Amino acid sequence: MKPTSMGQAVLIAAAVLYLVSVFFLSSPIWMGFSLNALIIAVVALSWNVTGGFGGLFSFGHAVMYGTGAYASAVLQVNYGVNAWIGLVAGIVAGAVMGAFIGAITFRFGLKGSYFALVTLAFAEVMRICASSFAFTGGGAGLQVKLDPGISTLQFQDRTVSYTLLLLVVAAVMILTAVMKNSRFGAYLIAIRENEDAARALGIDTYRIKVIAMAISGAFGGLAGVLYLQTMLYIDSTVVYGNAISVEALIGPLIGGAGTVWGPLVGTLGLHLLGEGAKHLLSNAPGLNFVLYAVVLICALRFLPQGLMGFAARIGPFRKKEEDDDNA
Amino acid sequence: MLEVRNISKSFGGLKAVSDASLDVPEGSIVALLGPNGAGKTTCFTMIAGFTKPDTGTVTFRGEDITGLAPHQICARGMIRTFQIVQPFAGLTVEENIAVGAYLHHHDRADATALARKVGKQLGMGGMLDRPAASLTIAGRKRLELARALATGAKLLLLDEVMAGLIPSEVTEIVGIIRQIRDEGHTILLIEHVMQAVMSLAETAYVLNYGEMIAHAPPKELVQDPAVIEAYLGHGAATRLQEGGHA
Ligand SMILES: Nc1ncnc2c1ncn2[C@@H]1O[C@H](COP(=O)(O)OP(=O)(O)O)[C@@H](O)[C@H]1O
Ligand SMILES: [Mg+2]
Repeated sequence: MKPTSMGQAVLIAAAVLYLVSVFFLSSPIWMGFSLNALIIAVVALSWNVTGGFGGLFSFGHAVMYGTGAYASAVLQVNYGVNAWIGLVAGIVAGAVMGAFIGAITFRFGLKGSYFALVTLAFAEVMRICASSFAFTGGGAGLQVKLDPGISTLQFQDRTVSYTLLLLVVAAVMILTAVMKNSRFGAYLIAIRENEDAARALGIDTYRIKVIAMAISGAFGGLAGVLYLQTMLYIDSTVVYGNAISVEALIGPLIGGAGTVWGPLVGTLGLHLLGEGAKHLLSNAPGLNFVLYAVVLICALRFLPQGLMGFAARIGPFRKKEEDDDNA
Repeated sequence: MLEVRNISKSFGGLKAVSDASLDVPEGSIVALLGPNGAGKTTCFTMIAGFTKPDTGTVTFRGEDITGLAPHQICARGMIRTFQIVQPFAGLTVEENIAVGAYLHHHDRADATALARKVGKQLGMGGMLDRPAASLTIAGRKRLELARALATGAKLLLLDEVMAGLIPSEVTEIVGIIRQIRDEGHTILLIEHVMQAVMSLAETAYVLNYGEMIAHAPPKELVQDPAVIEAYLGHGAATRLQEGGHA
Protein backbone atom coordinates (compact mmCIF):
# COMPACT_ATOMS: atom_id res chain seq x y z
CA MET A 1 0.00 0.00 0.00
CA LYS A 2 2.99 2.27 0.54
CA PRO A 3 4.29 4.15 -2.50
CA THR A 4 7.58 2.90 -3.90
CA SER A 5 8.57 6.08 -5.70
CA MET A 6 8.18 9.85 -5.75
CA GLY A 7 5.88 9.48 -8.74
CA GLN A 8 3.53 7.13 -6.90
CA ALA A 9 3.57 9.32 -3.82
CA VAL A 10 2.50 12.27 -5.97
CA LEU A 11 -0.33 10.31 -7.59
CA ILE A 12 -1.62 9.06 -4.25
CA ALA A 13 -1.35 12.52 -2.73
CA ALA A 14 -3.33 13.97 -5.64
CA ALA A 15 -6.09 11.38 -5.19
CA VAL A 16 -6.26 11.99 -1.44
CA LEU A 17 -6.21 15.75 -1.92
CA TYR A 18 -9.14 15.52 -4.32
CA LEU A 19 -11.10 13.26 -1.97
CA VAL A 20 -10.55 15.63 0.94
CA SER A 21 -11.34 18.72 -1.14
CA VAL A 22 -14.91 17.46 -1.57
CA PHE A 23 -15.53 18.19 2.12
CA PHE A 24 -14.62 21.84 1.69
CA LEU A 25 -16.09 22.72 -1.67
CA SER A 26 -19.70 22.27 -0.55
CA SER A 27 -20.90 21.96 -4.11
CA PRO A 28 -23.84 19.55 -4.59
CA ILE A 29 -22.72 18.70 -8.13
CA TRP A 30 -19.20 17.98 -6.99
CA MET A 31 -20.55 15.89 -4.13
CA GLY A 32 -22.93 13.86 -6.29
CA PHE A 33 -20.24 13.25 -8.82
CA SER A 34 -17.77 12.15 -6.14
CA LEU A 35 -20.27 9.79 -4.50
CA ASN A 36 -20.72 8.11 -7.85
CA ALA A 37 -16.96 7.94 -8.46
CA LEU A 38 -16.40 6.27 -5.08
CA ILE A 39 -19.05 3.62 -5.77
CA ILE A 40 -17.42 2.91 -9.11
CA ALA A 41 -14.04 2.78 -7.37
CA VAL A 42 -15.35 -0.15 -5.31
CA VAL A 43 -16.39 -1.95 -8.51
CA ALA A 44 -12.95 -1.19 -9.91
CA LEU A 45 -11.36 -2.66 -6.77
CA SER A 46 -13.58 -5.69 -7.24
CA TRP A 47 -12.44 -6.17 -10.84
CA ASN A 48 -8.85 -5.60 -9.70
CA VAL A 49 -8.87 -8.74 -7.54
CA THR A 50 -9.46 -11.09 -10.45
CA GLY A 51 -8.38 -8.93 -13.39
CA GLY A 52 -5.46 -7.16 -11.76
CA PHE A 53 -3.96 -9.79 -9.47
CA GLY A 54 -5.23 -12.93 -11.16
CA GLY A 55 -5.02 -11.87 -14.80
CA LEU A 56 -8.62 -13.05 -15.26
CA PHE A 57 -10.11 -10.36 -17.47
CA SER A 58 -13.81 -10.21 -16.86
CA PHE A 59 -15.99 -8.21 -19.19
CA GLY A 60 -19.11 -8.68 -17.15
CA HIS A 61 -18.41 -7.43 -13.66
CA ALA A 62 -21.86 -5.86 -13.60
CA VAL A 63 -23.03 -9.36 -12.77
CA MET A 64 -21.55 -9.03 -9.27
CA TYR A 65 -22.71 -5.46 -8.84
CA GLY A 66 -26.26 -6.14 -10.00
CA THR A 67 -26.56 -9.30 -7.96
CA GLY A 68 -25.52 -7.46 -4.79
CA ALA A 69 -27.90 -4.61 -5.47
CA TYR A 70 -30.84 -6.86 -6.34
CA ALA A 71 -30.25 -9.24 -3.43
CA SER A 72 -30.51 -6.38 -0.97
CA ALA A 73 -33.36 -4.61 -2.79
CA VAL A 74 -35.50 -7.74 -3.14
CA LEU A 75 -35.08 -8.51 0.57
CA GLN A 76 -35.86 -4.95 1.65
CA VAL A 77 -38.72 -4.25 -0.74
CA ASN A 78 -40.46 -7.63 -0.88
CA TYR A 79 -39.75 -9.00 2.57
CA GLY A 80 -39.18 -5.90 4.66
CA VAL A 81 -35.78 -7.11 5.71
CA ASN A 82 -33.48 -4.68 7.50
CA ALA A 83 -31.03 -2.81 5.26
CA TRP A 84 -28.00 -4.01 7.24
CA ILE A 85 -29.02 -7.60 6.64
CA GLY A 86 -29.60 -6.57 3.02
CA LEU A 87 -26.02 -5.30 2.96
CA VAL A 88 -24.65 -8.61 4.20
CA ALA A 89 -26.93 -10.50 1.82
CA GLY A 90 -25.74 -8.38 -1.09
CA ILE A 91 -22.09 -9.10 -0.29
CA VAL A 92 -22.77 -12.81 0.14
CA ALA A 93 -24.87 -12.95 -3.05
CA GLY A 94 -22.07 -11.26 -5.00
CA ALA A 95 -19.53 -13.71 -3.59
CA VAL A 96 -21.71 -16.70 -4.43
CA MET A 97 -22.30 -15.39 -7.95
CA GLY A 98 -18.56 -14.87 -8.43
CA ALA A 99 -17.69 -18.31 -7.10
CA PHE A 100 -20.41 -19.90 -9.23
CA ILE A 101 -19.19 -18.26 -12.45
CA GLY A 102 -15.60 -19.14 -11.55
CA ALA A 103 -16.43 -22.74 -10.68
CA ILE A 104 -18.12 -23.28 -14.03
CA THR A 105 -15.78 -21.37 -16.34
CA PHE A 106 -12.55 -22.60 -14.74
CA ARG A 107 -13.83 -26.17 -14.64
CA PHE A 108 -14.01 -25.95 -18.41
CA GLY A 109 -10.58 -24.33 -18.49
CA LEU A 110 -11.81 -21.05 -19.98
CA LYS A 111 -9.20 -18.32 -20.20
CA GLY A 112 -8.52 -15.00 -21.84
CA SER A 113 -11.19 -13.77 -24.22
CA TYR A 114 -13.34 -16.87 -23.66
CA PHE A 115 -13.54 -16.08 -19.97
CA ALA A 116 -14.29 -12.44 -20.80
CA LEU A 117 -17.12 -13.43 -23.13
CA VAL A 118 -18.67 -15.86 -20.68
CA THR A 119 -18.70 -13.27 -17.89
CA LEU A 120 -20.33 -10.84 -20.30
CA ALA A 121 -22.93 -13.49 -21.13
CA PHE A 122 -23.65 -14.06 -17.43
CA ALA A 123 -24.23 -10.33 -16.91
CA GLU A 124 -26.59 -10.22 -19.89
CA VAL A 125 -28.53 -13.27 -18.76
CA MET A 126 -28.92 -11.78 -15.30
CA ARG A 127 -30.01 -8.45 -16.77
CA ILE A 128 -32.71 -10.17 -18.80
CA CYS A 129 -33.84 -12.25 -15.82
CA ALA A 130 -34.01 -9.21 -13.57
CA SER A 131 -36.14 -7.35 -16.10
CA SER A 132 -38.49 -10.33 -16.55
CA PHE A 133 -39.51 -11.49 -13.10
CA ALA A 134 -42.12 -9.83 -10.94
CA PHE A 135 -40.19 -10.21 -7.70
CA THR A 136 -37.31 -8.18 -9.15
CA GLY A 137 -39.70 -5.48 -10.22
CA GLY A 138 -39.56 -6.41 -13.90
CA GLY A 139 -38.85 -3.55 -16.24
CA ALA A 140 -39.85 -0.98 -13.65
CA GLY A 141 -37.10 -1.89 -11.22
CA LEU A 142 -37.22 -1.72 -7.44
CA GLN A 143 -37.61 1.31 -5.24
CA VAL A 144 -36.57 1.24 -1.61
CA LYS A 145 -38.83 3.32 0.62
CA LEU A 146 -37.25 6.59 1.71
CA ASP A 147 -36.72 6.36 5.45
CA PRO A 148 -33.46 7.97 6.53
CA GLY A 149 -31.73 6.54 9.54
CA ILE A 150 -28.82 4.45 10.65
CA SER A 151 -30.94 1.30 10.83
CA THR A 152 -32.08 1.77 7.22
CA LEU A 153 -28.61 2.73 5.97
CA GLN A 154 -30.04 5.86 4.39
CA PHE A 155 -28.44 9.23 4.98
CA GLN A 156 -29.94 12.53 4.00
CA ASP A 157 -26.80 14.45 4.70
CA ARG A 158 -24.64 13.68 1.71
CA THR A 159 -21.49 14.53 3.64
CA VAL A 160 -22.29 11.59 5.89
CA SER A 161 -22.84 9.31 2.88
CA TYR A 162 -19.60 10.52 1.41
CA THR A 163 -17.65 9.95 4.62
CA LEU A 164 -19.04 6.44 4.96
CA LEU A 165 -18.23 5.67 1.33
CA LEU A 166 -14.68 6.90 1.87
CA LEU A 167 -14.37 4.54 4.83
CA VAL A 168 -15.70 1.64 2.76
CA VAL A 169 -13.25 2.37 -0.06
CA ALA A 170 -10.41 2.55 2.47
CA ALA A 171 -11.52 -0.76 4.00
CA VAL A 172 -11.65 -2.47 0.62
CA MET A 173 -8.20 -1.12 -0.21
CA ILE A 174 -6.82 -2.36 3.09
CA LEU A 175 -8.31 -5.79 2.42
CA THR A 176 -6.73 -5.66 -1.03
CA ALA A 177 -3.34 -4.84 0.49
CA VAL A 178 -3.67 -7.66 3.03
CA MET A 179 -4.59 -10.06 0.24
CA LYS A 180 -1.71 -8.90 -1.92
CA ASN A 181 0.81 -9.58 0.83
CA SER A 182 -0.62 -12.94 1.81
CA ARG A 183 0.11 -16.42 0.57
CA PHE A 184 -3.19 -16.33 -1.30
CA GLY A 185 -2.14 -13.11 -3.05
CA ALA A 186 1.24 -14.53 -4.00
CA TYR A 187 -0.50 -17.58 -5.46
CA LEU A 188 -3.00 -15.49 -7.39
CA ILE A 189 -0.21 -13.35 -8.86
CA ALA A 190 1.76 -16.51 -9.69
CA ILE A 191 -1.25 -17.81 -11.62
CA ARG A 192 -1.44 -14.54 -13.54
CA GLU A 193 2.25 -14.69 -14.39
CA ASN A 194 2.38 -18.35 -15.39
CA GLU A 195 -0.34 -20.85 -14.61
CA ASP A 196 1.63 -23.97 -15.53
CA ALA A 197 4.54 -23.00 -13.33
CA ALA A 198 2.06 -22.24 -10.55
CA ARG A 199 0.53 -25.70 -10.85
CA ALA A 200 3.95 -27.33 -10.78
CA LEU A 201 4.79 -25.47 -7.57
CA GLY A 202 1.92 -27.08 -5.74
CA ILE A 203 -0.78 -24.47 -6.24
CA ASP A 204 -4.35 -25.68 -6.62
CA THR A 205 -4.97 -23.11 -9.32
CA TYR A 206 -8.66 -23.95 -9.71
CA ARG A 207 -9.34 -23.36 -6.05
CA ILE A 208 -7.36 -20.12 -5.89
CA LYS A 209 -9.14 -18.72 -8.95
CA VAL A 210 -12.58 -19.62 -7.62
CA ILE A 211 -11.78 -18.00 -4.26
CA ALA A 212 -10.55 -14.91 -6.09
CA MET A 213 -13.84 -14.76 -7.96
CA ALA A 214 -15.69 -15.03 -4.66
CA ILE A 215 -13.69 -12.17 -3.10
CA SER A 216 -14.17 -10.09 -6.23
CA GLY A 217 -17.87 -10.93 -6.15
CA ALA A 218 -18.11 -9.85 -2.52
CA PHE A 219 -16.56 -6.46 -3.32
CA GLY A 220 -18.75 -6.12 -6.41
CA GLY A 221 -21.89 -7.04 -4.46
CA LEU A 222 -20.91 -4.51 -1.83
CA ALA A 223 -20.61 -1.83 -4.51
CA GLY A 224 -24.08 -2.72 -5.77
CA VAL A 225 -25.53 -2.30 -2.29
CA LEU A 226 -23.75 1.04 -1.92
CA TYR A 227 -25.40 2.18 -5.13
CA LEU A 228 -28.79 0.99 -3.95
CA GLN A 229 -28.50 2.73 -0.59
CA THR A 230 -27.35 5.94 -2.27
CA MET A 231 -29.97 6.05 -5.05
CA LEU A 232 -32.74 4.00 -3.37
CA TYR A 233 -33.74 2.79 -6.80
CA ILE A 234 -32.34 0.16 -9.18
CA ASP A 235 -33.32 -1.29 -12.49
CA SER A 236 -31.75 -4.01 -14.56
CA THR A 237 -30.27 -1.84 -17.32
CA VAL A 238 -28.41 0.24 -14.78
CA VAL A 239 -27.03 -2.32 -12.33
CA TYR A 240 -26.56 -5.20 -14.77
CA GLY A 241 -25.67 -2.89 -17.67
CA ASN A 242 -22.51 -3.02 -19.75
CA ALA A 243 -21.55 0.46 -18.61
CA ILE A 244 -20.76 -0.93 -15.15
CA SER A 245 -18.74 -3.77 -16.64
CA VAL A 246 -16.71 -1.30 -18.67
CA GLU A 247 -16.21 1.07 -15.74
CA ALA A 248 -15.08 -1.87 -13.61
CA LEU A 249 -12.12 -2.63 -15.82
CA ILE A 250 -11.20 0.74 -17.25
CA GLY A 251 -10.24 2.38 -13.94
CA PRO A 252 -7.81 -0.37 -12.92
CA LEU A 253 -6.33 -0.61 -16.41
CA ILE A 254 -5.61 3.10 -16.46
CA GLY A 255 -4.64 3.49 -12.83
CA GLY A 256 -2.62 0.28 -12.63
CA ALA A 257 -4.12 -3.20 -12.48
CA GLY A 258 -2.81 -5.41 -9.70
CA THR A 259 -1.92 -2.48 -7.45
CA VAL A 260 -3.75 -1.29 -4.34
CA TRP A 261 -4.11 2.36 -5.36
CA GLY A 262 -4.42 1.94 -9.12
CA PRO A 263 -8.19 1.31 -9.32
CA LEU A 264 -8.98 4.36 -7.18
CA VAL A 265 -6.50 6.63 -8.95
CA GLY A 266 -7.68 5.47 -12.37
CA THR A 267 -11.37 5.77 -11.54
CA LEU A 268 -11.04 9.27 -10.08
CA GLY A 269 -8.87 10.45 -12.94
CA LEU A 270 -11.24 9.11 -15.55
CA HIS A 271 -14.35 10.48 -13.91
CA LEU A 272 -12.79 13.91 -13.58
CA LEU A 273 -11.84 13.79 -17.23
CA GLY A 274 -15.27 12.54 -18.30
CA GLU A 275 -17.08 15.09 -16.16
CA GLY A 276 -14.91 17.91 -17.44
CA ALA A 277 -15.54 16.93 -21.03
CA LYS A 278 -19.27 16.68 -20.40
CA HIS A 279 -19.43 20.23 -19.11
CA LEU A 280 -17.19 21.62 -21.80
CA LEU A 281 -19.06 19.88 -24.59
CA SER A 282 -22.60 20.64 -23.46
CA ASN A 283 -23.62 17.34 -21.89
CA ALA A 284 -23.64 15.07 -24.93
CA PRO A 285 -24.74 11.77 -23.37
CA GLY A 286 -22.35 8.86 -23.75
CA LEU A 287 -19.55 11.20 -24.70
CA ASN A 288 -17.64 10.24 -21.58
CA PHE A 289 -17.46 6.67 -22.90
CA VAL A 290 -15.96 7.81 -26.18
CA LEU A 291 -13.40 9.70 -24.16
CA TYR A 292 -12.78 6.67 -21.93
CA ALA A 293 -12.15 4.55 -25.00
CA VAL A 294 -9.57 6.98 -26.32
CA VAL A 295 -7.88 7.22 -22.94
CA LEU A 296 -7.92 3.44 -22.56
CA ILE A 297 -6.32 2.89 -25.95
CA CYS A 298 -3.63 5.44 -25.16
CA ALA A 299 -3.06 3.91 -21.74
CA LEU A 300 -2.73 0.39 -23.10
CA ARG A 301 -0.34 1.65 -25.74
CA PHE A 302 1.81 3.98 -23.64
CA LEU A 303 1.23 2.92 -20.02
CA PRO A 304 0.94 -0.87 -20.07
CA GLN A 305 1.19 -0.92 -16.27
CA GLY A 306 -1.14 2.01 -15.79
CA LEU A 307 -0.42 5.27 -14.01
CA MET A 308 0.90 3.56 -10.88
CA GLY A 309 3.29 1.42 -12.92
CA PHE A 310 4.47 4.46 -14.85
CA ALA A 311 4.83 6.52 -11.69
CA ALA A 312 6.87 3.75 -10.06
CA ARG A 313 9.70 4.60 -12.42
CA ILE A 314 9.76 8.28 -11.46
CA GLY A 315 12.18 8.86 -8.60
CA PRO A 316 12.15 5.39 -7.04
CA PHE A 317 12.79 5.31 -3.32
CA ARG A 318 15.98 3.41 -2.52
CA LYS A 319 15.23 0.08 -0.99
CA LYS A 320 16.93 -0.42 2.34
CA GLU A 321 19.68 -2.98 1.95
CA GLU A 322 19.27 -5.78 4.42
CA ASP A 323 22.57 -7.40 3.65
CA ASP A 324 25.20 -6.57 1.12
CA ASP A 325 26.57 -9.95 0.19
CA ASN A 326 26.76 -10.62 -3.48
CA ALA A 327 27.07 -14.36 -3.22
CA MET B 1 11.06 -43.92 -4.10
CA LEU B 2 9.46 -43.61 -7.54
CA GLU B 3 8.19 -46.60 -9.51
CA VAL B 4 6.77 -46.08 -12.95
CA ARG B 5 5.13 -49.10 -14.54
CA ASN B 6 4.14 -49.43 -18.18
CA ILE B 7 2.92 -45.90 -18.75
CA SER B 8 1.76 -44.96 -22.23
CA LYS B 9 0.50 -41.81 -23.88
CA SER B 10 -0.83 -41.22 -27.36
CA PHE B 11 -1.47 -37.88 -29.00
CA GLY B 12 -3.94 -38.62 -31.75
CA GLY B 13 -2.28 -41.35 -33.79
CA LEU B 14 1.17 -40.69 -32.38
CA LYS B 15 2.35 -42.95 -29.60
CA ALA B 16 4.57 -40.51 -27.68
CA VAL B 17 5.32 -43.00 -24.89
CA SER B 18 4.56 -46.71 -24.90
CA ASP B 19 4.85 -49.05 -21.97
CA ALA B 20 7.67 -47.17 -20.28
CA SER B 21 8.83 -48.27 -16.84
CA LEU B 22 11.51 -46.91 -14.57
CA ASP B 23 12.64 -46.89 -10.95
CA VAL B 24 14.25 -44.13 -8.96
CA PRO B 25 15.69 -45.32 -5.65
CA GLU B 26 15.77 -42.85 -2.77
CA GLY B 27 18.95 -40.75 -2.67
CA SER B 28 20.01 -41.53 -6.20
CA ILE B 29 20.49 -39.50 -9.35
CA VAL B 30 18.87 -41.20 -12.32
CA ALA B 31 19.03 -39.93 -15.89
CA LEU B 32 16.46 -40.26 -18.64
CA LEU B 33 18.06 -40.03 -22.07
CA GLY B 34 16.86 -40.17 -25.63
CA PRO B 35 16.86 -38.21 -28.87
CA ASN B 36 14.58 -35.25 -29.42
CA GLY B 37 10.95 -36.25 -29.59
CA ALA B 38 11.60 -39.59 -27.87
CA GLY B 39 8.93 -38.87 -25.27
CA LYS B 40 11.04 -37.84 -22.28
CA THR B 41 9.16 -34.67 -21.45
CA THR B 42 5.88 -36.51 -21.95
CA CYS B 43 7.02 -39.04 -19.33
CA PHE B 44 7.60 -36.15 -16.90
CA THR B 45 4.23 -34.61 -17.59
CA MET B 46 2.57 -37.95 -16.81
CA ILE B 47 4.62 -38.64 -13.69
CA ALA B 48 4.01 -35.14 -12.30
CA GLY B 49 0.28 -35.25 -13.00
CA PHE B 50 0.10 -32.73 -15.84
CA THR B 51 -1.43 -35.35 -18.11
CA LYS B 52 -3.04 -38.61 -17.17
CA PRO B 53 -1.30 -41.66 -18.65
CA ASP B 54 -3.46 -43.78 -20.99
CA THR B 55 -2.20 -46.89 -19.23
CA GLY B 56 0.14 -47.80 -16.41
CA THR B 57 0.76 -46.62 -12.87
CA VAL B 58 3.00 -44.20 -11.04
CA THR B 59 3.88 -45.03 -7.45
CA PHE B 60 5.58 -42.49 -5.21
CA ARG B 61 6.78 -43.47 -1.71
CA GLY B 62 4.57 -46.54 -1.88
CA GLU B 63 1.42 -44.62 -2.80
CA ASP B 64 -0.32 -44.90 -6.16
CA ILE B 65 -0.42 -41.32 -7.44
CA THR B 66 -1.57 -42.05 -11.00
CA GLY B 67 -4.03 -39.42 -12.15
CA LEU B 68 -3.56 -37.07 -9.19
CA ALA B 69 -3.36 -33.33 -9.95
CA PRO B 70 0.07 -31.65 -10.01
CA HIS B 71 -0.57 -29.76 -6.77
CA GLN B 72 -1.51 -32.99 -4.99
CA ILE B 73 1.67 -34.63 -6.22
CA CYS B 74 3.73 -31.61 -5.28
CA ALA B 75 2.26 -31.67 -1.78
CA ARG B 76 3.49 -35.27 -1.50
CA GLY B 77 7.05 -34.19 -2.25
CA MET B 78 7.64 -34.57 -5.97
CA ILE B 79 8.10 -31.67 -8.35
CA ARG B 80 9.02 -31.15 -11.99
CA THR B 81 10.84 -28.31 -13.70
CA PHE B 82 10.18 -27.22 -17.27
CA GLN B 83 12.45 -27.76 -20.24
CA ILE B 84 11.23 -24.42 -21.58
CA VAL B 85 11.76 -22.33 -18.46
CA GLN B 86 8.61 -20.81 -17.01
CA PRO B 87 9.57 -17.90 -14.77
CA PHE B 88 6.99 -15.58 -13.23
CA ALA B 89 8.40 -12.89 -15.46
CA GLY B 90 6.89 -9.87 -13.73
CA LEU B 91 8.14 -10.89 -10.29
CA THR B 92 11.59 -10.60 -8.74
CA VAL B 93 13.82 -13.62 -8.26
CA GLU B 94 13.00 -13.63 -4.55
CA GLU B 95 9.25 -13.47 -5.21
CA ASN B 96 9.56 -16.30 -7.72
CA ILE B 97 11.29 -18.56 -5.20
CA ALA B 98 8.87 -17.49 -2.47
CA VAL B 99 5.94 -18.91 -4.49
CA GLY B 100 7.57 -22.31 -4.06
CA ALA B 101 8.38 -21.63 -0.42
CA TYR B 102 4.75 -20.80 0.38
CA LEU B 103 3.82 -24.46 -0.07
CA HIS B 104 4.86 -25.34 3.46
CA HIS B 105 5.36 -21.84 4.91
CA HIS B 106 2.07 -19.98 5.05
CA ASP B 107 3.54 -16.88 6.64
CA ARG B 108 5.01 -14.28 4.31
CA ALA B 109 8.07 -13.62 6.46
CA ASP B 110 8.88 -17.33 6.69
CA ALA B 111 8.40 -17.91 2.97
CA THR B 112 10.55 -14.90 2.10
CA ALA B 113 13.30 -15.96 4.48
CA LEU B 114 13.35 -19.45 3.00
CA ALA B 115 13.34 -17.99 -0.53
CA ARG B 116 16.40 -15.87 0.28
CA LYS B 117 18.15 -18.84 1.82
CA VAL B 118 17.52 -21.11 -1.16
CA GLY B 119 18.45 -18.32 -3.57
CA LYS B 120 21.79 -17.80 -1.86
CA GLN B 121 22.39 -21.52 -1.71
CA LEU B 122 22.06 -21.65 -5.49
CA GLY B 123 24.36 -18.69 -6.00
CA MET B 124 21.58 -16.19 -6.73
CA GLY B 125 22.13 -14.03 -3.65
CA GLY B 126 23.15 -11.03 -5.72
CA MET B 127 20.08 -11.08 -7.95
CA LEU B 128 17.26 -11.65 -5.48
CA ASP B 129 15.72 -8.24 -6.10
CA ARG B 130 16.07 -8.35 -9.86
CA PRO B 131 13.07 -9.07 -12.07
CA ALA B 132 13.09 -12.64 -13.29
CA ALA B 133 12.62 -11.34 -16.83
CA SER B 134 16.12 -9.85 -16.72
CA LEU B 135 17.88 -13.16 -16.04
CA THR B 136 20.07 -14.94 -18.57
CA ILE B 137 19.21 -18.49 -19.63
CA ALA B 138 21.58 -19.85 -17.00
CA GLY B 139 19.91 -17.69 -14.39
CA ARG B 140 16.45 -18.83 -15.41
CA LYS B 141 17.43 -22.48 -15.26
CA ARG B 142 18.77 -21.91 -11.78
CA LEU B 143 15.58 -20.14 -10.83
CA GLU B 144 13.54 -23.18 -11.92
CA LEU B 145 15.70 -25.27 -9.66
CA ALA B 146 15.50 -22.82 -6.76
CA ARG B 147 11.69 -22.60 -6.88
CA ALA B 148 11.41 -26.37 -6.98
CA LEU B 149 13.77 -26.75 -4.02
CA ALA B 150 11.89 -24.13 -2.03
CA THR B 151 8.75 -26.27 -2.08
CA GLY B 152 10.61 -28.74 0.10
CA ALA B 153 10.11 -31.49 -2.47
CA LYS B 154 12.21 -34.60 -1.95
CA LEU B 155 12.15 -35.87 -5.53
CA LEU B 156 13.06 -33.41 -8.27
CA LEU B 157 12.29 -34.13 -11.91
CA LEU B 158 14.67 -31.87 -13.83
CA ASP B 159 13.95 -31.42 -17.53
CA GLU B 160 17.12 -30.38 -19.38
CA VAL B 161 18.33 -27.87 -16.81
CA MET B 162 21.67 -27.70 -18.64
CA ALA B 163 20.44 -27.22 -22.18
CA GLY B 164 21.68 -24.00 -23.69
CA LEU B 165 24.36 -23.39 -21.07
CA ILE B 166 28.06 -22.80 -21.78
CA PRO B 167 30.49 -25.40 -20.35
CA SER B 168 31.50 -23.36 -17.30
CA GLU B 169 27.82 -22.89 -16.39
CA VAL B 170 27.25 -26.62 -16.87
CA THR B 171 30.08 -27.37 -14.45
CA GLU B 172 28.50 -25.05 -11.89
CA ILE B 173 25.06 -26.56 -12.16
CA VAL B 174 26.47 -30.10 -12.01
CA GLY B 175 28.06 -29.10 -8.70
CA ILE B 176 24.76 -27.65 -7.48
CA ILE B 177 22.81 -30.78 -8.40
CA ARG B 178 25.31 -32.97 -6.61
CA GLN B 179 25.08 -30.71 -3.57
CA ILE B 180 21.28 -30.93 -3.63
CA ARG B 181 21.47 -34.71 -3.73
CA ASP B 182 23.96 -34.78 -0.87
CA GLU B 183 21.48 -32.78 1.21
CA GLY B 184 19.03 -35.66 0.92
CA HIS B 185 17.14 -35.11 -2.32
CA THR B 186 16.51 -37.65 -5.03
CA ILE B 187 16.84 -36.59 -8.66
CA LEU B 188 15.49 -37.81 -11.96
CA LEU B 189 16.93 -35.76 -14.78
CA ILE B 190 16.37 -35.50 -18.48
CA GLU B 191 19.62 -34.43 -20.04
CA HIS B 192 21.28 -34.01 -23.36
CA VAL B 193 24.68 -32.96 -22.07
CA MET B 194 26.38 -36.36 -22.02
CA GLN B 195 29.35 -35.20 -19.97
CA ALA B 196 27.02 -34.11 -17.21
CA VAL B 197 25.10 -37.38 -17.20
CA MET B 198 28.32 -39.38 -17.06
CA SER B 199 29.55 -37.54 -14.02
CA LEU B 200 26.21 -37.27 -12.19
CA ALA B 201 23.95 -40.22 -12.73
CA GLU B 202 24.42 -43.65 -11.24
CA THR B 203 22.00 -45.14 -13.67
CA ALA B 204 20.27 -44.07 -16.86
CA TYR B 205 17.29 -45.05 -18.97
CA VAL B 206 17.12 -44.52 -22.72
CA LEU B 207 13.89 -43.77 -24.53
CA ASN B 208 13.62 -44.01 -28.29
CA TYR B 209 10.37 -43.44 -30.18
CA GLY B 210 8.53 -43.72 -26.89
CA GLU B 211 10.01 -47.06 -25.92
CA MET B 212 12.51 -47.78 -23.19
CA ILE B 213 15.37 -49.40 -25.09
CA ALA B 214 18.06 -49.58 -22.42
CA HIS B 215 18.73 -49.26 -18.72
CA ALA B 216 22.28 -49.30 -17.35
CA PRO B 217 24.95 -47.11 -15.76
CA PRO B 218 25.76 -44.31 -18.24
CA LYS B 219 29.32 -45.51 -18.77
CA GLU B 220 27.99 -48.81 -20.09
CA LEU B 221 25.26 -47.16 -22.13
CA VAL B 222 27.67 -45.12 -24.18
CA GLN B 223 29.28 -48.34 -25.32
CA ASP B 224 25.97 -49.92 -26.30
CA PRO B 225 25.83 -49.64 -30.10
CA ALA B 226 22.01 -49.59 -30.15
CA VAL B 227 21.98 -46.63 -27.81
CA ILE B 228 24.70 -44.83 -29.70
CA GLU B 229 22.80 -45.22 -32.93
CA ALA B 230 19.46 -44.21 -31.45
CA TYR B 231 20.50 -41.41 -29.20
CA LEU B 232 23.70 -39.94 -30.50
CA GLY B 233 23.38 -40.68 -34.20
CA HIS B 234 25.98 -41.82 -36.65
CA GLY B 235 29.59 -41.00 -35.97
CA ALA B 236 29.07 -40.24 -32.33
CA ALA B 237 30.64 -43.51 -31.24
CA THR B 238 33.91 -42.55 -32.84
CA ARG B 239 33.77 -39.08 -31.33
CA LEU B 240 33.19 -40.54 -27.93
CA GLN B 241 36.15 -42.89 -28.20
CA GLU B 242 38.42 -40.08 -29.31
CA GLY B 243 37.31 -37.26 -27.09
CA GLY B 244 35.93 -38.96 -24.03
CA HIS B 245 32.71 -36.98 -24.25
CA ALA B 246 30.31 -35.72 -26.85
N1 LIG C 1 0.64 -31.98 -26.12
C1 LIG C 1 1.07 -32.67 -27.21
N2 LIG C 1 0.24 -32.82 -28.26
C2 LIG C 1 0.65 -33.52 -29.35
N3 LIG C 1 1.85 -34.09 -29.48
C3 LIG C 1 2.72 -33.96 -28.46
C4 LIG C 1 2.37 -33.23 -27.28
N4 LIG C 1 3.42 -33.26 -26.43
C5 LIG C 1 4.38 -33.96 -27.06
N5 LIG C 1 3.96 -34.38 -28.27
C6 LIG C 1 4.73 -35.22 -29.22
O1 LIG C 1 5.17 -36.35 -28.52
C7 LIG C 1 6.48 -36.69 -28.90
C8 LIG C 1 7.37 -36.72 -27.68
O2 LIG C 1 7.60 -35.40 -27.25
P1 LIG C 1 8.47 -35.05 -25.96
O3 LIG C 1 7.98 -35.87 -24.83
O4 LIG C 1 8.45 -33.59 -25.79
O5 LIG C 1 9.91 -35.53 -26.39
P2 LIG C 1 11.32 -35.22 -25.73
O6 LIG C 1 11.13 -34.50 -24.47
O7 LIG C 1 11.94 -36.56 -25.54
O8 LIG C 1 12.10 -34.42 -26.74
C9 LIG C 1 6.92 -35.69 -29.94
O9 LIG C 1 6.72 -36.26 -31.22
C10 LIG C 1 5.98 -34.53 -29.71
O10 LIG C 1 5.78 -33.84 -30.91
MG1 LIG D 1 11.73 -32.66 -23.88
